[in-house]
Amino acid sequence: MRQILCALLFVISLAGQVPYERILQAGREPESWLTYSGTYRSHRYSTLDQITRENVSRLQPAWMYQIRARHKFETSPLVVDGIMYITEPPSDVTALDLRTGRPVWSYRRSLPEGVITCCGQVNRGVAFLDDQIFVGTVDAYLVALDAKTGRVRWETKVSDYKSAHSVTVAPLAVKDKIIVGIAGGEYGIRGFLDAYDAKTGKLAWRFWTVPGPGEPGNETWSGDSWKRGAAPTWTTGSYDPELNLIYWGTGNPGPDFIGEVRLGDNLYSECLIALDADTGELKWYFQFLPHDIHDYDATQVPVLLNADFEGKPRKLVLFANRNAFYYILDRVTGEYLLGKEFAHQTWAKGLDENGRPIENLETTPSVEGALVYPDDDGAANWYSPSYSPQTNLFYQNVRDKGAIYYRGEAIYEPGKLYFGASRRRVPGEDPKGFLRALHPLTGELAWEFPLHSPPWAGLLSTAGGLVFSGTMEGDFFAADAKTGKLLWRFQTGGACYANPISYVSEGKQYIAIASGSALITFALDPKTK
Amino acid sequence: MRLALAFWFAPLLALGQGPLQPGPQPALTSADLQEGERLYLAQCGPCHGPRGEGGRGPALALPQLRRAPSDVSLYRLIRRGIRGTEMPGSGLGEHQIWQVAGFVRSLGHVEQEPIRGVPGQGKRLYTMKGNCVQCHTIDGWGGGVGPDLTEIGARRSASYLRQALVEPEAAVPNNFLQVRVAAKDSRRVSGTRLNEDSFSIQLRDLSGKVHSFWKSDLEELHKDWGKSSMPSYRAILTPSELDDLVAYLASLQGGP
Repeated sequence: MRQILCALLFVISLAGQVPYERILQAGREPESWLTYSGTYRSHRYSTLDQITRENVSRLQPAWMYQIRARHKFETSPLVVDGIMYITEPPSDVTALDLRTGRPVWSYRRSLPEGVITCCGQVNRGVAFLDDQIFVGTVDAYLVALDAKTGRVRWETKVSDYKSAHSVTVAPLAVKDKIIVGIAGGEYGIRGFLDAYDAKTGKLAWRFWTVPGPGEPGNETWSGDSWKRGAAPTWTTGSYDPELNLIYWGTGNPGPDFIGEVRLGDNLYSECLIALDADTGELKWYFQFLPHDIHDYDATQVPVLLNADFEGKPRKLVLFANRNAFYYILDRVTGEYLLGKEFAHQTWAKGLDENGRPIENLETTPSVEGALVYPDDDGAANWYSPSYSPQTNLFYQNVRDKGAIYYRGEAIYEPGKLYFGASRRRVPGEDPKGFLRALHPLTGELAWEFPLHSPPWAGLLSTAGGLVFSGTMEGDFFAADAKTGKLLWRFQTGGACYANPISYVSEGKQYIAIASGSALITFALDPKTK
Repeated sequence: MRLALAFWFAPLLALGQGPLQPGPQPALTSADLQEGERLYLAQCGPCHGPRGEGGRGPALALPQLRRAPSDVSLYRLIRRGIRGTEMPGSGLGEHQIWQVAGFVRSLGHVEQEPIRGVPGQGKRLYTMKGNCVQCHTIDGWGGGVGPDLTEIGARRSASYLRQALVEPEAAVPNNFLQVRVAAKDSRRVSGTRLNEDSFSIQLRDLSGKVHSFWKSDLEELHKDWGKSSMPSYRAILTPSELDDLVAYLASLQGGP
């Protein structure tokens, strides 16, 4: 008996704290936050309901943790068994005691000179599998840390930072593998999505998002333009365990704004790709924007939903695209079901019956300047949407801002911008933003909450009937998930570039967000009723 | 691609194509200068004038540019912009910047509008009859309602300054949005917006007093885009007094 018990304990300790099965059931333990978007379906929805519409006015900060780096603080924390795991820019990890906010270990990466990133040396979070924490680095490594100590177990080179490859995405742990995407779409990289063996760090499979010669799709690139085709994979995707498919968005083709040098549809840029989790084999793809010339990376979080669509039960994937269209696809087959504008745009006259855009050529960057909505920051971006099964609404922070694009040059050199335009603000424009609630099966607007400026914060919805969001002016706030009415706000003092989460510590529900240089966690004030 | 920050008030975003430190200066052909002119007209002309005669930005058709005495310093200035001014950094490629710089150098000398007035007289008008000092600062002294004028003569052409005096709304600078609020407690305040977010707004009235409101406490919030709280000086000053005031403002070049 004793031997069996010992053997059992040994097996448990090998499997570690967060076995794959635990992530599969993440929805059943809302006190934790086990994976980037909360669950593999990426609803970023918490079933916790201590904080409600009625009492949210009593929400107040419990503790703050200040980082020292001056880069944008884009982390989405994980919470497991009394510890919060955050990343700090550029590529550091800190484990915080959940009760006090005090660090219990930290991993500080020594970076080489000459790391190249388009948009700040940022990081969006870690993955947890078994007894290890996984972080991608701006010098393009994947690092596995002992979850108890933060000590390095292994590190694997994903690609070469000198050619402007970097990892900013939070990895996704699936079964025994760690899925990692690459950034560098402004530097003429050739994009890919990788899976690494979690135990050894060995590459398990790589899917090139720009096919090479002889591979299907390579014919959609003129000449040898595929070599610099970009299609990066820098935002965390989703996973359907029943279909065993990973869903991941891909970014812009390179160079961003000049199409003549890469004639064709430029597969698989600006696609949603569905890959077999074990082999990386492409099961299907849907290209939102063939041959883009506006830098509208389709690197948003795919939201998985099972619902009756037009009278038929279907497995759907919802995608609020940076290009200002909201898409519904069948996630078994990739069939296009719906595309609808959810934000102001001028680049397309509409979508045809297959979802292919009918482009407005007047928005092509030119020497004289061409006005386009949205600008290349998009109507949406990497920041997360949220879906609440309680309200059956899809929540999206929306950017409403245009720009005038002047055609520039794009000459490829490793590690140099391969971009092709400069931009100017629209004279007299007052850019703005919205928190919008959409009916998930039609894309129709249910309500909107106006924001003073275009946001960079993600969303969290909860079973307390709330949606949480942040603003560029530093407000973190809660709105009624049904109506959009403002119920609570707190001025954090720094712009919010992060996704909120919720968890439980010592029986109390908390909401956490990174804002400015602080990770702040909020709970109900016990003193007031 | 995500851009690092939303630079609201920068008219042109630097996407950083040309390096900060350029390589060797290329020899430019006449085709290069033509391309430089096209780029200049689209991206520089709106402020500096199509012939470099100046306007919202300083004149560039000068034998010697104050901030860019050499070709390399002109390249760097175009590439980086000038911090704390309305001159943004350029996203053009290295060769394109050289083309623009070459065109700027070829502008030669455009005859500047003669400054007719007497700066000393203008200085008196500035503080006394014009009462400009109530709203504007020079060398740190004055009111905070309008823009700082310490080096306005280096930033604006004389004709632009004259136009701004007689028709202020043709020349409202960024960052000086006039707003009017009506609070639910019946307070009415108008002034220059200092800051705003989704939930609150702060403004400074003409007396210099700062007001802060929660938007939920407001009945009305009007933003008067393109409006200015500055009166037209056409009726306040005589034509020769206007000449004097323009001469004084044009003499304000910053520095000791």
